[in-house]
Order: sequence, then structure tokens, then C-alpha cells
Amino acid sequence: MRIIPKRIEKVKFGLLSPDYIRKIAESKIITADTYDEDGYPIEGGLMDPKLGVVDPGLKCKTCGGRVGECPGHFGRIELSRPVIHVGYAKAINKILRAICRKCGRLLLPPDKIEEYRKNIRKYRKVGRNEDPIVEDLLKNAKMTKRCYYCDEEQEEIKFDKPTTFIEGKNRLSPTDVRERLERITDEDAEVMGFDLEVARPEWMVLTVLPVPPVTVRPSITLESGERSEDDLTHKLVDILRINQRLMENIEAGAPQLIIEDLWELLQYHITTYFNNEVAGVPPARHRSGRPLKTLTQRLKGKEGRFRSNLSGKRVNFSARTVISPDPNISINEVGVPELVARELTIPVRVTPQNIEYVKKLVKNGSRIYPGANYVERPDGSRVSLNIKRTEEIIEKIEPGWIVHRHLQDGDIVLFNRQPSLHRMSIMAHEVRVMPYKTFRLNLCVCPPYNADFDGDEMNLHAIQGEEARAEARVLMRVQEQILSPRFGGPIIGGIHDYISGAYLMTRPGVRFTREEAHQLLYAAGITEELPDPIVENGAEFYTGLQLFSLLLPKDINLTYRAKICKKHEVCKKEDCPYGAYVVIRNGEILSGVLDEKSFGAFAGELLDRIVKDYGTDAAREFLDKATKLAINGITKIGFSTGIDDEDLTTEARERIEEILDNAEKKVEELIEAYNEGILEQLPGRTLEETLEMRIMQTLSEARDKTGNIANEYLEKSSEELGRENSARIMAISGARGSLLNLTQMAACIGQQAVRGERIMRGYVGRTLPHFKRGDKGARAKGFVRSSYKKGLDPLEYFFHSMGGREGLVDTAVRTSQSGYMQRRLINALQDLKVEYDNTVRDTRGIIVEFAHGEDGADPSRTDWGKVVNVSKIIHSIVDQRESENVS
Amino acid sequence: MVPKHEILPKEEVERVLEKYNITKGQIPKILESDPMVKKIKAKPGDVIKITRKSKTAGESIYYRVVVSD
Repeated sequence: MRIIPKRIEKVKFGLLSPDYIRKIAESKIITADTYDEDGYPIEGGLMDPKLGVVDPGLKCKTCGGRVGECPGHFGRIELSRPVIHVGYAKAINKILRAICRKCGRLLLPPDKIEEYRKNIRKYRKVGRNEDPIVEDLLKNAKMTKRCYYCDEEQEEIKFDKPTTFIEGKNRLSPTDVRERLERITDEDAEVMGFDLEVARPEWMVLTVLPVPPVTVRPSITLESGERSEDDLTHKLVDILRINQRLMENIEAGAPQLIIEDLWELLQYHITTYFNNEVAGVPPARHRSGRPLKTLTQRLKGKEGRFRSNLSGKRVNFSARTVISPDPNISINEVGVPELVARELTIPVRVTPQNIEYVKKLVKNGSRIYPGANYVERPDGSRVSLNIKRTEEIIEKIEPGWIVHRHLQDGDIVLFNRQPSLHRMSIMAHEVRVMPYKTFRLNLCVCPPYNADFDGDEMNLHAIQGEEARAEARVLMRVQEQILSPRFGGPIIGGIHDYISGAYLMTRPGVRFTREEAHQLLYAAGITEELPDPIVENGAEFYTGLQLFSLLLPKDINLTYRAKICKKHEVCKKEDCPYGAYVVIRNGEILSGVLDEKSFGAFAGELLDRIVKDYGTDAAREFLDKATKLAINGITKIGFSTGIDDEDLTTEARERIEEILDNAEKKVEELIEAYNEGILEQLPGRTLEETLEMRIMQTLSEARDKTGNIANEYLEKSSEELGRENSARIMAISGARGSLLNLTQMAACIGQQAVRGERIMRGYVGRTLPHFKRGDKGARAKGFVRSSYKKGLDPLEYFFHSMGGREGLVDTAVRTSQSGYMQRRLINALQDLKVEYDNTVRDTRGIIVEFAHGEDGADPSRTDWGKVVNVSKIIHSIVDQRESENVS
Repeated sequence: MVPKHEILPKEEVERVLEKYNITKGQIPKILESDPMVKKIKAKPGDVIKITRKSKTAGESIYYRVVVSD
């Protein structure tokens, strides 16, 4: 099949006229039966062979095409009586009210109509939607009590949803409605918003029903040989049956009542045929009780034709499996199981240069790994290599053929994790074929995908075209995505043990022997020459800083405060005993430690500087090697955490208890002051609110104090024991957890809250029967003074569960809400594009912004959102001067 | 609070249209009934220059064309 490219200029929607329906109908459907006893479709039945073919091997009786060639043809059902189309019932209602019941003219004086007509023309000319004018016209016409043309008094028309109209006391039958709509003049119809080329008012009442081709409603043959019809066919059978009965009754001259009942039933079936979820109409059901999926249901919603088949489609050349970590591959790579690599293929055009190589792949076939799954001849026909007769195919291969070879190391593929919320959710990786069955990825790319390894699965797409491959490589490769357009800093970077490792290696006093240094550097793949060792008491050693310095560009100068910085009032700068002041001169880290602020995701200053000043290649290399060095360092030093990391001395525990006792006492005092009326009211607050605020404040202060004590003791005890407290190291270096987490584990969990308040709900005047009514004390309202390590008492546990439940509900609600918000936002913004002149325009070329973001800056190339960071520039010049002075 | 609105002189309009290679129809619209439009007495077809204070750019310039409502 040849594809002729065409450009759709516009799409016009209209109504089908009865004449047109009859014209396109290839067959008049008269019987409700589908197949005869022999299983052949009945002519004039719903499976009429003129409506197209679904069975392979048969030819269409209308066009002679086979399955796939014949698009299917419409049939028609001549309705015995007209029926309202549910989808237009609302429009019919509006129009009925706006026209005269006798002469069918619009209920407005001629000059008014002319005015509206003019306005509509004006709106059309400037390309503005005329609906508001039509809406206004219909509203005004509705008010009129007497016709301007025939002087007929107008009666109120009631619309009884979904398809019934009542005038005064009389019910208007669809025939009456249709007659009235027919009387509307073309001129009037035009100002009511009709495009006469494609619609007339009376076409909203059906007299003939189009029957969709069988290709639209294919029947399924079950294993038992039984046929199962599509929901639409079922519905059409219902319609036909009633239509038939109605016809017979009319012809037999049956009583009006019976005819009306049948007519009503026909209306019901046609209504549900269009839409089975109309309010006020019981949905038509399958024998099993499942509601039928009719026309509207096919199109609507997430599983409908639009969102599920047109906006989004299933794709070939893709794979999905569980992910697992591999710190030994580059951030640019992805580990692909051989199993997957044998299934996914890349088309390679055979040339005189690669023919020998390609033949080797074809020889291997689809079962031996570096092979090929099929070959494509220049005429487009394909030969599968899934068989053992590859020899004869090899003979025939010549330049011009296309070989679909297995995925191999170095191929560029797209890697994705849902929900794809930002552009870093799909990045291009280089393939690394590996054993086993999971996709492997470097841990540094976990943050952009928001991936972990508790069972997450990810998708992989093999790129098929050269253009796409080149584009993916240049624009989508992981290293190109290190800087996030969200905040202008690195989103890809070290996490967890990479941070702890770098911190442990670079802390003041950590030293490595020559052998250790060599081992670490070798493991990290660093081939640089070791610098001069530091000599102390005749022993030579190296510091972690020296090792990391080997990874830096030779001319980098940078000064920043590390994550561990405690923000002392007087900063000792380079002499900081904790190493919180990082100074890098001429590619050498002179002081400080490396932690989250150096190369962590979301925070890494050093990494940020390297990407921005030395490019993505340098950044990728730095990240790969630095993380490897850190991981090997932490392995050498040894690192582990356990519950004893939360052990406190008796003295510390006593001090914590004392603080909590005092806090609870202070709360009692506040309550007493409140009761006596001497509590000082805060401006803009009631007395009750004041009390609550003061209590919350007191308790949170107390919790913070206990946290500080715990931290103090943990720090002290690790000094005394000469053993580090791992939990604390992780918290202060930014690897994982916070000091608050530590506080809650070791000292005190603190106040539990529901809706931002202390816990107030439960029984009358109290949270639990264990308290007196009106008790406003700390414990009675959900203050948990225990620590996770110590354990909670039953009441505390209960309050904690209440707070915890709120957290869970919040996350569930937030994800669904933000998901919908994201969908709407993206639908609104998806076609906007920044043009070369920096303006943001839509597809029509209409300008939305004259400079993107008002400053025309690409946020990912800014310094954490700022176009120029003056202090940083000054710093870099000062740093440069300093380093020049040093050398 | 409300950023500075002013009617752009004819020559300036030409210059802007040329700068962005656009027609008047491609400039964002503003209704004639907008309070600021009324205040500076702009008529449909006029182009209004809006000078806004911007967090990112300090000052940013925006153009809108007046349309009747």
C-alpha cells in the first residue's frame, strides 16, 4: 500500500440527513436475525454480507474487497416512527422554546433577528466563536409570549429528560417535534447557529437509523464454535425487533395506547444504543447483567477510543521488566538482559562495507545471541531467521537488503519509568547486554526516574531510525539531562552510600596508605598519577581529598559550604574543624569534606560547576569515577547501621525526660492561665486559638531540645567510643534521613496532628475514655513523648496511628489530584513552543509570551534559577586570583 | 499594583510587528472593556504596551491588541 501524504486543513462536523443515510446505506436491514441454521449470514439481516467482511477468505458483496481491503459499508433501518436523538435532545429543547408553535418562525421581531445576524457575521469574520450570541438569541426568543408573525399565543414547553417534551398538558410526540423543526425557515435556522450546508434542525429527529458496518461490530467465534455478537449488534437486534412490532401494530390498526408504548420502547432502545449512561434511563444490560458498551461508551473516557487508541497506542520494539541497581555501569548505560536483546531488533541496511559482518549475524539466526531476527528484501518482503535454513538466505543477501539485528552493546535506546511526569522520565541510554533477567541502571539516575528497586519495572524502546537515534543521542542522553530545567541544578547525582562514602573518605584525619590509595584508584578506574604524599612522623600517606582531587579538572576553582555546615555565627572558613568549608584551587581540594553538596542529586555544587563549565562529557566522567571511588572507599572503611545507633546514655535519657516533664508542666500552666483568664491573647486570635498555639509551640520546642540533646550525646559517645555513629553520619552528610528522623528514633516522637491541629476528635469532650472530659493536657491530645526505639504506649500508639492515617490519605488524594491537574495543564500547553526569536507561540503562530519566562532564559542553564549570580562571578574571580597567588 | 499600560504609537506598532514578523492578529488580545484599557482610552485595533515588574527579568514588556467585546 502506498501512503499518500495529505494535510488536513479542517474538520467540519454536521448532522446526517435521512437522504444521506439512505444514500450511503448498501442494504436495508429488515430482520432481527443474523445467521440462518447453516451459519450463513441472512441477507437483510444485521450481518448482511453487503455490510463488509470479517471472515478471512470471503469477499465483500459490495466492493469485492477482502478482509483488510474492504472498509465496511453502512446499512440502514427505516424507523416505523421518528425518534429523538438523545445527543441532540438538549438542543431540540432550546430550539422548540425559541420558535412559534404554529408557524415555526423565530420568536423575535425581524429587526432584532437582523441585528443578531449582523453580530454573528462580525464574529465569524474575526474568527471568534459565535455561540454566545446564539445562546443569547435563544434565551431572548424564549421570553416571547406571542408570535410576531402569526399572532399565535405561545405555550410553555417542558423538557422531561432525557427525550420527552411536554407542551402545556400535552405530550409532544417525536413526530410533532419533527414537524415543528421542519417549519423553521433557512434564514431562522442560520441565526440559531445551524450551518445549512451540513445540518437542518429536523435531522435531529431520526427517521432512518444508520447501521454501522460489521467491521465496527465484529462477532467473536468462541472455541466451542459458538458465535458471540458485539454489544452494538445486540442493541441493533433489540431496535429491529421493536421497530418490526411497531410497524405490524400500526398496520393492523392497533389501539393508540399500544402503539405509544411500543414507540416509547423504540425510543428507549435507540437512546441506549447511542448512550447507555443517560441519566434517568436504566442502562440496557447483557444477559449476564453487565451493562452494554454502546456508541458513546466506546469513545468516552480513559478507556475510550480517543484516549486509549488515538492519543496513546501500544508500540512494538519495546520491553518491560524489573529494574535492579548496578554501580559498575556508567550513568549513560542500561543493562539489558540477553533475553531482551534477542527479542528487540535494530534495522541495519546492508552495504558492501558491512556485508561480511551482517552475514555473520544472519548465520547466528534468532537463537544465538549476536544474531538477527529477520531480513527484509528491497521490495519490503520479510524472511524470518527463526529457522535453520539460514545458509541459503546468507547466499542471497546483498547490499540494499535490511537486516534486523539483535540489540548490541552501544546501541542507543530509550528508557522510561512511569508516571512520566517530566522530560527526565524518558532518557536515552547506551545498551550493555548482560546475563539474568532485569534491567540494570546506575544509581545516579534513580532521582530523575524516581526509581527504587522494591519491584519497580521500567520500559525500554529500541530506536528504529537513524534520525531518531541521532536525535536521542544528542538531546536525550542521560548526561545531557544532568541539569534539571526545574531548578537549574543537577538532578542526577550521588545518593545514599555515595554520599556517606565520600564523606567518610574526606573527613579530617582520614588517611590512606600508598597501597590503599592504589587499590581505591584502580577500582574506580582512575589512571592519574598519585600526587606527592603527606609525610608525618616518617610515614607517607594520602588523604581522601587528594584522591578525589585527581578527578577534578585541572583549573577548577570553587568555594562553598558543605552540607555538614552547622552555620555557626562566626565562620572559621578554611580552618573549620568539621571541614564544612570547601576550598578548591587549581583542581585541588585544599580543605573541606565532600558530602551531598559536592555531587549529590538536587544539591551538588561541585557537580553543577563541572557540568556548566566543563560540559556534560566531563560531568559524566566525574560522576562515574567519583561514585566508584566513594563506593570503594566506604567498602574499605566499613559502614553499617543498627538499632544501637540510637542508644543514649542514662544521663542523656534523664535530661530528655526532664525536658519533657518541664514541657508538660508548662502546658499545664498554660491551661491553668487560660482557665483563670489570665492568658495573654495573641493579636487576631481567639483565646482558645492562642492556647492551642502556645501549647503546640511549647511541645515542639521541647521535642527539638530533646533532639539536640540526643544529637549531642550521639556525637560525644562516638568520640568516646572511637566508633562513628552511622545514622548520624548519614543524616549530617545528607546521605539519608534527617536530624528529625534521628530525634524521633532516639529521643521523642512529638505531637501527632490531624488537620494541622492537636488531636481533638473521638468522644464527647475527650479523645479517649482514658482521659477526663475537657482535659487539654499534652498527653490527652496526642503528644507522644516516647521514642521509636523505646516504643509507644497504647494511647500513644493510637494517636500515632491517627496521624499516620492522615498522611496516607493525603498522599493518595494528592497523587490523584495532581495527576488530573497535570493532564489538564499538559493538554493546554502541549503545542506551545519557543521559537528562534525567543517568543512562545502556539501552532497558529499566536504569541503567548514575548520572551520565554519573561527573561528568555533556559532555566537548566541558569544558576539555580538566577540568570546571573553576581556573587558567584565575584567569587570565581577572587578564587582565580588567589590560586594565581598560590602558584 | 497594576503594571503600566500605554498605547503604542503607530510607528512603534509597525516596528514591533516587523520585529516579530507577525500580524496584529497574532498579538494576545485584551478586551475593550478592560478597566486599564478604558482608563488609557484605547480603541479596538490599538496595541497596548504593558511594562511589568518581573521576578526573573526585572522588567518585562508585553504587547496586547484591543478587541471589541
